[in-house]
Amino acid sequence: MLTLNNITVDFGGVKAVDNVSFSFQDRELLGLIGPNGAGKTTMMKVITGTVKPTSGSVTLDNTNLNGKAPYLRIRAGIGISQQIVHPFNSMTVLENVTFAAGYIKTNHLFSSLFQTNRTAEKKAAVKLLEILGIADVADAKPENLPLGYIKRLELARALALKPKLLLLDEPLAGLNQSEAEKLSNTLQVLNQQGQNIILIEHNLAEVVRICQRLVVIDNGKKIGEGDPKTVMNDPVVRTAYLGRS
Amino acid sequence: MGYEISLLTIMGISVIGALSLNMILGFCGQISLGHAAFLGIGAYTSAMLTKAGIPFLLALPAAMLLSGLIGVIVGFSSLRVRHDFLAITTMGVSFLFTGLVRKQEFLGGEMGIAAIPDPGYGKVGFMLFVFAMAIALTIFSLYIKRSWMGFTFDTVADDEDTATLLGVNVSGYKLMAFALGTAFAGLAGALYAHNVKFIDPESFGFIESITILSMVVIGGTGSVWGVISAAVVLSVFPLWFQFIDDYKLLVYGGLLCAVMLLSPDGISSLVVKLFNKIFKREKVIHVNT
Repeated sequence: MLTLNNITVDFGGVKAVDNVSFSFQDRELLGLIGPNGAGKTTMMKVITGTVKPTSGSVTLDNTNLNGKAPYLRIRAGIGISQQIVHPFNSMTVLENVTFAAGYIKTNHLFSSLFQTNRTAEKKAAVKLLEILGIADVADAKPENLPLGYIKRLELARALALKPKLLLLDEPLAGLNQSEAEKLSNTLQVLNQQGQNIILIEHNLAEVVRICQRLVVIDNGKKIGEGDPKTVMNDPVVRTAYLGRS
Repeated sequence: MGYEISLLTIMGISVIGALSLNMILGFCGQISLGHAAFLGIGAYTSAMLTKAGIPFLLALPAAMLLSGLIGVIVGFSSLRVRHDFLAITTMGVSFLFTGLVRKQEFLGGEMGIAAIPDPGYGKVGFMLFVFAMAIALTIFSLYIKRSWMGFTFDTVADDEDTATLLGVNVSGYKLMAFALGTAFAGLAGALYAHNVKFIDPESFGFIESITILSMVVIGGTGSVWGVISAAVVLSVFPLWFQFIDDYKLLVYGGLLCAVMLLSPDGISSLVVKLFNKIFKREKVIHVNT
């Protein structure tokens, strides 16, 4: 459903991503991994359109996304939970997710003026907060919450968009092992229910446990791809990732 | 009695002017330091049209339309620059307006336009007309805040990059805020012109923009009732008490500094905090860290 063809991103002479290609199959939970500074988040930004690639193309369901504004890519079916959290601090946790759940109502500028009812969106938001285990802070302002909660808020907000493809940039960061395991299980269940997910994560134990396929990037180049166990046993990946083979 | 009617009319016009800026700055988070220019566009449009024989009730929407259209053009600058840079750009609009109008003979140049036709409602009738407009705009502002458009404005004001990643056409919403805000500024300007019957470029200069900004900031950006309260007090007091009028800029400047230092979200936020402290017990939310 998603194909990245020969993506290169050049930041003033520094190649953050160097000719990387991979594709994403329907109903997959794909892990995009690599050491710090490998270019994973840049790849994510290329997909959402917040970073323009120097060369290469991104297609979603056979539609070329090149040149499309980020909000149009989101409307085309991409949902993202960012590495650096950006909740709307002027709103409560519930309002953050309610807003995302009303994406159909905010789609059209003029019609958004004539719509006031938020009941259905609130209901959907509460359900998502319960799934992610943060319903207890629904009425809190995000600025007063620990990182683990805000990470889950970001995820809830991305899920509220009902995306065809969910991009998750380090959603487990800031969670303790039991919370991380619980959230990983939730991601696995969502994937089994048909949610397509690309997961960028440093918690390798969880990545290997829940992902069906891995793509490994190091220094902007793709160095491995395949099922998790084979990829993690690849000497090239081990050297790049762990510093030894 | 005539003086009080005149004061109340000016108060109503100030409320409309302040609420119009509140749509841009308070609702959508886009700073504008040249808002008086749009009042000026509305004032000159309505004055010229009515002097040419067009009825007041047709000149009024025309003034709003032209202000709104030019507002959208200025709004495009908000798509390229943000925050301090947008403030400087909109400040430039204010100087551009006065500079341009001052040199146009057909707009009366430095001398302005005098003998602007009376709408024919009488002093009380015109005051009631202004009040009706102010009440209608208040209801519309409160409605916007409840609508999904208002909800979206909140996200753009909070973090426009994140709003984009939730599928929001941020540019479109910003331009809508500018269109609405400047159109209503045009309405305030037109009403001003027909109230005082004389306008010149200085009536809509940078100081007037800062006066309107003070009403919004002191009242509380985004708070409809806060902005109305500030507009009422700040417009009437200097006229009522002449000694304040002599030091108007000093008073506004001092109040702006005090609000920024003590309650950056405005007086309305201070009132809400006090109310919650006295009447509501704060809900404690426990989180497992």
